[in-house]
Amino acid sequence: MIFLYAFLVGGAICVVGQLLIDVFKLTPAHVVASFVVIGAFLDVFGIYDRLIDFAGAGATVPITSFGHSLLHGAMSEGHEHGYLGIAMGIFKLTSSGITSAILFGFLVALFFKPKG
Amino acid sequence: MLNDPKNYKENVKAYQPKLPYVTNCLNAFWVGGSICLIGQVIQTFYMNIFHFSKQTAGNPTVATLILISALMTGFGIYDKIAKFAGAGTIVPVTGFANSITSSALEHKSEGIVLGIATNLFQLAGEVIVFGVVSAAVLGIVRLFIEQVF
Repeated sequence: MIFLYAFLVGGAICVVGQLLIDVFKLTPAHVVASFVVIGAFLDVFGIYDRLIDFAGAGATVPITSFGHSLLHGAMSEGHEHGYLGIAMGIFKLTSSGITSAILFGFLVALFFKPKG
Repeated sequence: MLNDPKNYKENVKAYQPKLPYVTNCLNAFWVGGSICLIGQVIQTFYMNIFHFSKQTAGNPTVATLILISALMTGFGIYDKIAKFAGAGTIVPVTGFANSITSSALEHKSEGIVLGIATNLFQLAGEVIVFGVVSAAVLGIVRLFIEQVF
């Protein structure tokens, strides 16, 4: 069942992005930036955590989860170390995503030829 | 009438092609949904084989999807899908990896240091900037509220 929910929720988030591009004439860069900010907002009251419980990868794969995990990591360190903890913990959960993006992006650019 | 510079934006509207809203949304839906479905398959695999919890399994899943998407960008497949899927390929985290890899590939001819390394975050930088700024501001506000009340 989680597979169906992942497909439906993930697809629905992408449709919202497509509508922002087509109807409100935003550039893809603006859409992605606003999705990250929205994801951070939805961490308040644990709304996004509930969505992850419900839809699994349907909620963790869209870029909204990046904003969510940034704030989530910041808050978990912030509760321990106060305001300084926010700076210490902000990349705590997203570290694997950013590391792999830099590593694989660099390696692929190194070994592949540009297409098109 | 068409040469009236004041109403140019209004006048030219009648001659612009109509956007296929429904087709675009359907394509974004099934491609974006499929990427999340693949993510769910990978996540279930990590949960069953390496015993990650539901909350922590997101990390290796995202890393795996980023690897797949970087490779697909290298082979030129991702951009072909992105042509008709629109937001279906931009919104998932694979689009983030695609923007990093493609801007690095594009500037490869300028060298490894000045080309690849400096242009890696040319398009994806905004995600990190807006994410960190919004998370830091919201984090400070929340911590303040929690300490006061």
